[in-house]
Amino acid sequence: MEEKKKRMAIIASKGTLDMAYPPLILASTAVAMDVEVEIFFTLYGVDIVNKKKYQSLQVAPIANPAMPSPVPFPNILGMLPGMTPMATMMMKSMIKKINWPSVPELLHVCLESGVKMIACTPTLEMTGLSKEDLVEGVEVAGAAEFLDFALDANISLFI
Amino acid sequence: MDKSKANLTADLKGLACPMPVLKTKKALDSLQPGQVLLVEVTDKGSKADIPAMLKRTGNELLEMDEKDNVFSFLIKKVK
Repeated sequence: MEEKKKRMAIIASKGTLDMAYPPLILASTAVAMDVEVEIFFTLYGVDIVNKKKYQSLQVAPIANPAMPSPVPFPNILGMLPGMTPMATMMMKSMIKKINWPSVPELLHVCLESGVKMIACTPTLEMTGLSKEDLVEGVEVAGAAEFLDFALDANISLFI
Repeated sequence: MDKSKANLTADLKGLACPMPVLKTKKALDSLQPGQVLLVEVTDKGSKADIPAMLKRTGNELLEMDEKDNVFSFLIKKVK
C-alpha cells in the first residue's frame, strides 16, 4: 500500500528577508502534502539557518524597482544610510498584515515536520562558521549529498 | 453544509498561504480515520490549495461552500 513518496529538492542561495520565504513556504507545504523535502543552503542562503542571523534578515530597496514605497523616489536613494532597515521594517509590517509566520517560526515548522536541511560545507568554511553556529537540526554536507537526493526528486528548484 | 458532522473544527480565518494548508494537515493528523474535520478560512487561494493537499494526502473533501467571504471545508480523514 505504501507507495514511494514524492520528493522535492531545493537549493536556497539568497539570504534576504524576501527570498527566505519561497523555499520555506514550499518546503512546509510540500511536507503537508506528504512530499519528502530537502533544502540545501548555500552561499548567502546559509544566513537563513545561521542562529545569529536568521532572526534579522533584511531586504534592500536599492536596485529593486519592485520594492513598494509610500512615496515615489529615485531608486538610487536606496543607498542612503537607513534605507535598508526602513525597507526591512516595511516588509515586516506587510508580512504581519497577512499573518505570515516570521522566518524563524517557519524554519522551525519545517524542521519539526521533517524537512531535511543541509548547509553547504565550503560556504561554512569561507565564512568561518561551524555546525554549532547553525540552527539545531540543520546538517552539514556538500554538493554530492544534495545531488544524491535531487537525482530521485520530482521537483528541483534553485532559489 | 451540515457542520454538526464534524468531530473537530479548525478556525483558520485571517491566515494566508501556506498556513491554512499546514494547519488543516496538522488538524487531520490529530484525527482518526473516518472522523470529520471542519475547516473555515478566508484565504481565497485555499479554494484550490486545500483540495490539492487533500488529493495528495489521500483524504476526502466531502463538501465546500462559500458564505460572506468565508470558505468552509468538510473533510473526511481517510488515512
